[in-house]
Parts: sequence; structure tokens; C-alpha cells
Amino acid sequence: MTLPSALAPEQPAGAVPVVSLEGVERTFGDQTALDGLSFTVPPRTITVLLGPNGAGKTTCTRVITGALGPDAGSVRVFGLDPAVDGPEVRRRIGIVSAKPALYDRLSGLDNLRYAAELYGLGRREQAARRIEEAAERFGIAGALGQQVGGYSTGMKTRLALARSVLHEPELVLYDEPTSGLDPESSYAVLELIREMTDQGNTVVMCTHLLLEAEGLADQVVMLQDGRSLVQGPPDELVRRYWPDLTVLVDAEDRNAICRLAGEPGVHDVRLDGTGPATVVVDDLARIPDLVLALARDGARVTRVEAERHSLEDLYFAVRRGSGHNRIGEVEQ
Amino acid sequence: MRETGSLQWGHMGTVARTDLKQLIQARDFWGPMVGLGAIFFCVVPTILLFSLTSIAGVDAVEQISQTLEVLPSRAQASIENATGGDAATPQGQASYALAVFLFAPVAVVVPLTISTAVGAATIVGERERGTGEFLAHSPAGVREIYLGKLLASLIPGYVTTVVGFGIYSLIVNLIVGPEVGGWFFPTTQWWILMAWVVPPFLALTLSLVLRLSARVKSTAAAQQASGLVSLPLIMVAYSQSTGALFGGARVTWIIGGLAWLLAILGLRRGMRAVSRARLLGVADEQ
Repeated sequence: MTLPSALAPEQPAGAVPVVSLEGVERTFGDQTALDGLSFTVPPRTITVLLGPNGAGKTTCTRVITGALGPDAGSVRVFGLDPAVDGPEVRRRIGIVSAKPALYDRLSGLDNLRYAAELYGLGRREQAARRIEEAAERFGIAGALGQQVGGYSTGMKTRLALARSVLHEPELVLYDEPTSGLDPESSYAVLELIREMTDQGNTVVMCTHLLLEAEGLADQVVMLQDGRSLVQGPPDELVRRYWPDLTVLVDAEDRNAICRLAGEPGVHDVRLDGTGPATVVVDDLARIPDLVLALARDGARVTRVEAERHSLEDLYFAVRRGSGHNRIGEVEQ
Repeated sequence: MRETGSLQWGHMGTVARTDLKQLIQARDFWGPMVGLGAIFFCVVPTILLFSLTSIAGVDAVEQISQTLEVLPSRAQASIENATGGDAATPQGQASYALAVFLFAPVAVVVPLTISTAVGAATIVGERERGTGEFLAHSPAGVREIYLGKLLASLIPGYVTTVVGFGIYSLIVNLIVGPEVGGWFFPTTQWWILMAWVVPPFLALTLSLVLRLSARVKSTAAAQQASGLVSLPLIMVAYSQSTGALFGGARVTWIIGGLAWLLAILGLRRGMRAVSRARLLGVADEQ
């Protein structure tokens, strides 16, 4: 099955993308990190860059901030070229790297003050107020006086998150923000990220954790070897990849299942071996009708389940389509 | 990517101040640093000058005094002038020469050693700790980061030297002063040395050390490499400082001027060595 590689999430007409990459290439020696990567990030959305280690996610964030320049292609952030207007672009971006990049010998407060000064908040009341607000928001206000070297991984991540929003950036980049966190902390971090878009931020998040992306992403960009395999809103992509609405049905009388083919709204009934049948319908609201039809036919229903495809299914299906198996090897 | 545009001095100050704050937190670093300054500026001069002025055997002091004849005639003349000519005691002449001329290079060796140790780790250290990522994505320009780090490496060495110099002056005046008729130190040339000659030698050395720090892969490699680079520079600085003191104020001004020129060239080249890619640790893969 093929899928259009790009499918932009819905955005207001005329909305200028916050990030726009067009055919971006970046190599390190003979290693290609980005290979003609193109995608756009609409404002006030969460875009998840999904891919295995080495897919080019981190390089992508580095190109967006202008920390690395592309070898070819065009990068626009807020309509500006980060290679030319780097300071302006970086001032409007907040970032949490894969490593929290904190100064262990300094206190949490000093780490935040450092960022506040570099991002132009100065050293006075405005900075103090923003530091206090950010620390409160991420639940580390009580630990600001401690040296960061003594923080737990979760506290470090929270501090890095607080630092990333100090200057009220329009775009926030998160590179594996839940790496090394326990499930509770991961959940809290993801909730905070969700809150940010509610407050008008645009978020680009890199992860290889499919569960993290599921339910969070307005748009996913699946990367492999520096290329975008597929991109768009997850639900839309799943619908495009699996256009049929299917219901898994099993009953003791399998002939009764076959007779469902004559029911209104049923497009197809696929019976394969002894497993449940796949019934293709025009609308999942038909499920009660299917159960009723089977009951009317005297069949005892043992299973009825709408078949829903997750982002994980999509991810592996797309990767299989690109010639990679589940453990990332290229299939011959 | 070469970054241009005007320098934001505020960014530079922020980087320098934060680096210094971290240094202050690192007791394991500044402990030996203070120890080094104390040995060179206090312990060794006190022992030597005190021994010299307290030696009872006149023959031994005269022998030391005779060795002053190897000094250039200008230096010998200044010793005679300062110590009261023929009326001066051998102890006075010997201790004056020791205080003014022989300890001079210490004023250069101490800051260079300390600043080199700080500077060697400064950029590669950011990369090793992962904090280079924060700087690379920040609005601070790479030139501002470079100059901030240079300042943060220069200040500990120079401050140690200035404080050490103050203590050394006190020791010299207290021990040698009575022998030569009162407090005499620092001499004019020492002032020029401290304010005009030492800073550019520091800046020049650091410009090279920071370039190395930006290029190598580990702090250990940076320490090794900067040792190799700074050792010849320390020797040059040592000889130039001695020459400056022996050669009079004019020579000192000229040596300082040349050092400033070289330092500015070194800094201009050094600034180009730092890039965001290097802060991220990906430059050597290009």
C-alpha cells in the first residue's frame, strides 16, 4: 500500500508555517544525516519527529535553530533563514536537548539566570519573575537553591523544561524529553508539553517512543536515514494507509458471518482460516446492526471489535513499506 | 558558518561571569591555584629574602653579592642607586637584586599556568558535559562565547597574580626595605610589567589554548596539548619579562606593545576556531 508522503495538518488559511524545511541535506563526512528532508510545522501544533536512532531527528532540530547549517536545501523559521538571522531565530526558540545540558556545579537558580541573561531577560525583576513562574510551573521551585549535580534525572528534565520556556518562546524543540524518566515523570512532562500548545506555543518533539507520540502529535514526520517516509496528522495517515473501516467478528456459526455480506453498509466480509472474520463497513456505527443480524440468524457471537490501527501499526507498516523490518534491518 | 554582526558585550559578560561562578564552586580547582600563587609569591620569596638578610657570615653574602656583576650594567646601576651606592651593605644589594630582578618572571609564570589550566578545559569541557548544546542553541554569538571564555580564563590567573603581587610587595618591603632605607617596591618597571606586559602574554597564550580547546576531543587531550603550546610561551614570557626589567622602561613598553600586537592577531584567529558545530561536538565529523 502506498501513501502520499506529505499530508499537512489542518491549519487556518494563510497561516505561515513556523518551520519550513525544503530539500534539506546535511552530511558529516561520508555519513548522510539529512537527505532531502522537507516538512512544514504549522503554528500552535505539536509536530513529532518519529524515527529510530540515527534517523536524523537531532540534526533536524540543530538545523532549525541554525546551530548547524544545511549543505543544501532551504530552512525557514518564522520566515527567517537561521543561517543569516541566527540570533533572532534562536531568541524565539526554546530547546530541551536529549541531554539536559545543565551546569551541574551551579544551582538550579543560577542555571535559569544564565539562560535568562543570554535570552535577553536581563538580571532584574522581569527575569526574577519569569524564573519564579517557570520554576513553579514545572514543580522545581523548592529545589532551585540546590546544586544541579544533586538533582534526580526527573528534576533535571523539569529544570531544562523550565529553562526552555523562560523567555516565552514561540517555538519549542524537545529532543527525547522523557529519556531516562520514570513513567510518572514522563506522563507529567508530556502533559506539560500538551499545555504549551494550548497556550499558543508551537512544539516540535523528537522521539523514538511511539506511545509518546500517540495522542500527543498533531502531525508526525516519520524519518528514516534522514528522509521523511511519511508525514501528516496521525489519524489522517492511519485512514489513508488503511482506508477501510473494519470490524473483527467471530461467531460459532461461521456461515452466519458470511451472510453479513448482504447487510446494508457492509462492503466485504473476509474469512481467513479459523480466526475472526474481517467485516468491511461504511461506518463503525453499523456494529450494533451486525450483532443484531447475527443474533437474528441464531448465531452466538463470540467477538465483535472495531479494528483500530495505532501509530505503532502505521510506523511499522510504513517502515516495512520502505524496506525495513521490525528491528530496523533492510529487507532484501 | 561564519557569524558576523556587532558584538553583544552583555552576552560576553554573562558567559564569563557564569564560568567564573562555576570555577568558584570548584574548590578542587582553586585550592591548588591559590597554593601555586602562595608558593611563588609568598613562601619562596620570604624564605630566600629572609635568609639573605639574616645571614651572619659576611663572606657568604659577599659571594652572592659578587654574582650581581653578571647583571647588565643598567641593572647594576639601578641597584647601586636604590641601595645608596657604596654605602650599601652586601645584604641590601643582594636582597634588592633578588626582589626586583630575579623574581620578576614569577609574575608571568603564575598567571600563565593558572589561566592555561582553566582555558584548556573551557570549550572542550562544555562539549564533554553536554552544555555546549545549550550554548550552541542560544542567541549568544560564537565570538561572544569565545571572548567570554577567554575572559573567564584570564581573570583567575591575573587576579591571583595581582593579589600575589600585592603580598609579594609587602613581603619585599618588610624584609628588604630596612636594608635599603625604606619601602621601595614596586619599582616603575614592575608596574609596567604588571599592567602592560603580563596581560598581552596571557591573552596570547589563551588565544592558542582556547583554539586547542575548541578542536580537541577531550579535556585530557586539551591539557596535554595546551601544556605543549604554553610551555614555550611561558619561557618566552619569562625571558621577555626579565629583559624588560633589565632593559629599562622603554624596552618594557616596546616588549609589551609587541605582545599586544601578537595577542590581538592571536585572538582574531582564535575567534574563528569556535563554531556552534564544535560546541555540539560534530565539527570533527565533517
